[in-house]
Formats: sequence, C-alpha cells, structure tokens
Amino acid sequence: MTAIDPTAHLTAQQIEELGRELDAIRDEVIADRGEKDAAYIRKVISAQRKLELVSRGVLLFSIFPPAWLLGTAGLSVAKIMDNMEIGHNILHGQWDWMRDPKIHSTTWEWDHVSPSEQWKHSHNELHHTYTNVIGKDNDLGYGIMRVDEDQKWHPFHLGQPLWNFLNACFFEYGIAAYDLELGKNLHKRRRKNPEFRARAKAVGRKIRKQVLKDYVIHPLLSGPSFLPTLAATFTANLVRNVWTHSVIMCGHFPEGVQVFERRSIKGETRGQWYLRQMMGSANISGSKAMHFMTGNLSHQIEHHLFPDLPSNRYAEVAVKVRALFEKYELEYVTGPLPKQVFSAWHKVFRLSLPNKKPEVETPDREQELVAA
Amino acid sequence: MTSTALRSRAWKLLEMVTTPLLPSDYLDLVSPLRAGADLRGRIEAVHPETGDAATIVIRPGRGWRGHTAGQYVRIGVDVDGVRLWRAYSLTSPTDRQDGRVTITVKAIPDGKVSNHLVRRAKPGTLIQLDQPTGDFVLPEAKPAKVLYLTAGSGITPVMGMLRDTEFDDVVMVHCAPQPHDVIFRDELHDLVADKKLRLTEVHTDTDGMLDIARLDELVPDWAERETWACGPAGLLDAAEEHWSQHGVHERLHTERFRPSIVVTGDGGEVTFSATGKSVDADGATPLLDVGEEAGVLMPSGCRMGICFGCVTPLKAGAVRDLRTGEITEAEPGVLIQTCVSAAAGPCDIER
Repeated sequence: MTAIDPTAHLTAQQIEELGRELDAIRDEVIADRGEKDAAYIRKVISAQRKLELVSRGVLLFSIFPPAWLLGTAGLSVAKIMDNMEIGHNILHGQWDWMRDPKIHSTTWEWDHVSPSEQWKHSHNELHHTYTNVIGKDNDLGYGIMRVDEDQKWHPFHLGQPLWNFLNACFFEYGIAAYDLELGKNLHKRRRKNPEFRARAKAVGRKIRKQVLKDYVIHPLLSGPSFLPTLAATFTANLVRNVWTHSVIMCGHFPEGVQVFERRSIKGETRGQWYLRQMMGSANISGSKAMHFMTGNLSHQIEHHLFPDLPSNRYAEVAVKVRALFEKYELEYVTGPLPKQVFSAWHKVFRLSLPNKKPEVETPDREQELVAA
Repeated sequence: MTSTALRSRAWKLLEMVTTPLLPSDYLDLVSPLRAGADLRGRIEAVHPETGDAATIVIRPGRGWRGHTAGQYVRIGVDVDGVRLWRAYSLTSPTDRQDGRVTITVKAIPDGKVSNHLVRRAKPGTLIQLDQPTGDFVLPEAKPAKVLYLTAGSGITPVMGMLRDTEFDDVVMVHCAPQPHDVIFRDELHDLVADKKLRLTEVHTDTDGMLDIARLDELVPDWAERETWACGPAGLLDAAEEHWSQHGVHERLHTERFRPSIVVTGDGGEVTFSATGKSVDADGATPLLDVGEEAGVLMPSGCRMGICFGCVTPLKAGAVRDLRTGEITEAEPGVLIQTCVSAAAGPCDIER
C-alpha cells in the first residue's frame, strides 16, 4: 500500500509462474523429508528437556550467585527453545507427518500462558492466511499499535513506544490477551458469550499452572534459595519474552515490508498469495546458532511461504527462494538482528505520530468501521 | 491416607513441577521401557530366516502383559521418520526365560514396514507396542489330533503354537513357492526328526497351488483334527467352504492377516461415521467441502492447507492430497487435512 507497488512490473502470468516455481520447491522438500528430519526434532526436544532439567536443578542452589547466573541463563535458553524451534513449529503442523502423537500439532502444549489451541487459531489461521492485510491480520501491531502509514492515527498511538516496550516484557501475556481478542470481547455484551468465557477460563487455567510452577513450586523446592529462584524464573521469562518479541517484530515490521488492503485479496490466486507472503515478511541474517535460537523464524519469508515445512529445512529453501526474488526483481528484506530490531522500533516511534499526508478512507474501510 | 492416595498426591505435585509437560515426558528420556510408561519395546537382534524373512527379537517394556501362543501384536515402527503400525504374529514361546518376544516378518513387495524390519532394522531401536491380542489360540483342553494348515508367512502364528505346546499327534501342511522359502524349515525338520511333527511341504512353484480336495490324500483324517489355518485369503476361503461342506466347520480356526484391502481410485463413497452420513464424492473436491455440503459439522481453518485447523482422523479407506497427489491410507492415528484431501476410493472420516 505504499505509493509505489514493488510488484507492479510483474504480469499476471509471471505471478502464476512464480507460484508454480515455489510449489516445486515445496514438493522437493516433501519428497525428501524423512528419517534425518525426524531425528533432528527428537534431538532438539530431548536437548531442551535436559537443559531445562539441569537448569532447574542448578537453580535449587541459586542462593550462590554463579549458580543463579548459570541456572538463569540455561532456563532462558530452554524456554526460548520450547517456544520457538519446538512449540511454534510443532503447532504449525510441521512435524505432523511423523505421525508421532507426542510430537503433533493436535497434542502439543507449550511453556506459554496462551493455550496451544487458541494460539493455533489466531496465528496459523488468521495471521498466516491473511498476512499483513489491514483489518484481517491483527498481528499488524497486535491491535495496540500503528505500524503502517495507511492505518488511521489516534492520540492513543502517541504512547505506542511504551506499549511496545511493555508488550515485549510481558509478551506471553500479550499474546494470550491477543488470542482471546480481549479488547473486542471486554464489551459488556460480548463478555457473557459462553464461547468467550470458556476460552478465557482455559487461559486462566493455563496462567495459574504456569505461575504456580515458576513462581511458587520451584522457588519453594529451592528452600533457602526461594527468593533467588523466584528472581531467576522471572528473569528467564523476561529474557524469553523480550527475545521472542524482538524476533517476531523483525518478521513483519521492518522498513520495506508491504501491507495490503482488504480489497486486494479478493479472489487472490495461489501465485498472488505467495507474492503477498514474499512482500509481507522480512528475514534476519546470521549464524546457524542465531537461526536456531529464533526457531528459524529468521527465515520468516520462507516460513510464510511454507509454514508447514520442517523448520530445519528453511535454510536450504532460503537459497532457492532468494534466487526467485532476484529472478522476479523483488526486494528480499533481510539484515542482522540489531539492524532489523532498530528498523522495526524506528517504525513504531515514527508512526506514533500522525502522517504528513492525510489519509483517504476507502469505501471498504468505511464499511469495516460500520460493521465494527 | 492410603499409599495409593499418597502416590497420587505426589504425582499431582510432580505434574505441577513439570507443567505443561508431564513427568513421564522426562522419565521417557532415561527409561522408556519402565513400568507405567507407554508400552514400547527395544529391538535387540534381527535374525535372517530366509532371503526375505527375518525374526526380530524384542525386549518389551515392563508393562507387557504376556501373550498366548498364536496371538499377534501391533507394533509402531518409524520408517523414514513416519510412524507406521502393523500387526505381526508372535513366534516366541510364552515361557521364554529372558522375557524377550519375537515376531517373524516376511518382506512383501512394496511393503514399507516389512522391508524395513527385514532389511534395515537395527538393534537398539525403540518401537511402539500394543498388548498382544487375537483369538487364534489353542484351547485349554488339549485336542487329541491337530492339523496346522499354513501358507507363506501364515506359518508365523502356528510356529508360536508349535514352540509353545506339544501335542501327541500333530500334522502340518505348509505351502511355500520353493523349499528355501519355507520359514523355520530347519526347526520344522528337527521336529520331524524327533517325531514331534508330521510335515507335508507343498512347493507351489513346482506342485501348483494347494487344491483343498487334496487334503483327503495328504491328511486322510483331516476332518477329525482340530485345525488351525493361516495364509492368503484364497486358501482360507477354500478351507472354510471345505470344512463347512463336510459339516465340521467348528473344528476349523482361521486367522486372516489383511481382512480389508484398501481400494484406491478417483473419488468414492465418503462416510462420516460419527454423524452417520455418507455421500458420493469425486476425486477433486476437498473432503471439507464434501462434509459441509452433506451438513456435517467439520472443523475448518484456512481452507488452503496451511493452518492444520481441519485435521480429522481417517478411519478407513484412502485419500489423495490435492497438492501433491500423495495417497494416505487409513491407519490408527492417521489424521488428514480435510481441506486439501479428496476421496481416493471409499473412505471413512471420523466426523
């Protein structure tokens, strides 16, 4: 929706050809998917569990500062692994093909206050289908921020750097509220909706369990190390939240990423859908360790094109995808983490102020407002 | 407080410690065969029997309840990373001292699991197990005369019986293409040498298929014998008819390995068993649309194969992935994405 459409040079035929080429990349991975991939995810899960176990064990003695540091660092990494490379990807169905009921999108539960079931709906279904479509994809600013010039400015947005900072610190709660569509559902009439109440109850249960574990049981087990362990688990959650928030912000917010109008996706073809995913996502460049710690969401573009391919394959897929970007003369938005984080934050600050150019309401958006 | 109540309290506390995982998720890392774990087994050895058959020695987990001779067990094996379940007869005697059990597998052409087990399975591999089951077993009261009628890998449950229980008068008629295809041939001939068994081998490559009428000549007193038969459907159908015609069908016990053959085609009758509806579907319409049109409440999501919001168990039959053309056949635990799958022959969707 920027002034210049970066895909304007492509003919409809070219876009469909691009779609076929992407399908071919996908088919290649699926045909080759097998034992090695299964061994990979099993190894990661087992490593995560061992790391968490050892870290929690070390934290039993967190009264000693070196133990506190080591345990907190280990637990932070374990929580990041659980949420990113394991949880996010399993819940996408990336490993369903293994037919292992213990590593399956229908049974997996993660170390997060948002229950898997609810997250799958808002993330897999809404965000991945309607990526970056204003009014359809609430991931665009999570409903609390303005991340594109075409979104209407409101004085509330003046505070968005602060909202974004708070959201980063308590990201898992932000996501839970977001999955619940809390803002929309707190209206008097909607609050009583039994379906909403059931979902809210599920979130409450999950929060209770998570809080009890991290802030009561484990500190209690630590005895004299009660307070240091409490601080350690709080820190680990904070680190995990800030890290995941940063990575996720880099996926769709940096400069150069496109957003789309609701009208533009009417009757969208497969090729056009692919093109929207390509233009609506951004990558993070870096080392293997970096890709691992982001759950391979550093390959956000590839993830959005093929959300159900095993994450360990995104790196090899990226080479082919990037070649297509070049072939079709499209911009592959990528950069190192600090640059992308800065770019995303810069946008958050910039758009907290109104635009110079007054916004023109499209009939489509007006209808939306009436409907809302 | 009773010790059971105490244990369950302790377990609840442990669950609070490990949430959202379960304590067993951690215990599985160190002791997958322990009591209380999901039933698993570890492959300890693979012994070739013939060119295309092998015996797999399995140490079952502590939860194994033991089997009766002639029963089979379902095992879940990861082949190329995909867990596949198959049933195999147990061939070990029930009183094996070391607690191991064996299955004997014949590699069938294009058989994913059988070829994997015979040619690629490695000692040390964990497999999933179900408790043994099946009523193709010996009666508690010993029959005076026994006939075992088997063909090919149909010999496996009978071998379990032969190794387990001795009878005074046992005759076996076994069919295999050639002598070297006879699984357990050396052991059978040892039993014959010890006069514990009378054996007739029918080599179908030279003798042709066994004509059931030839039994009169091979085992003149067949009708007086308690008979256990296992082999291809053709043989069993013929045997059932033969025994019925002679009014002795109650003496015949049969075991069929593959009761249903999945028919794959283009489209077919789709049954939504939970709702009790069935409709004809073509090979191009997603099952999600088929279900919704039939008024079945179908879970759905993105409708383009990316969100996994529509996955539903496939109870029977086969479906085709509309994107890749890949066929998925029903097996326990198999879920399909209904929005990108179409009927590939008759199928049953659990909705």
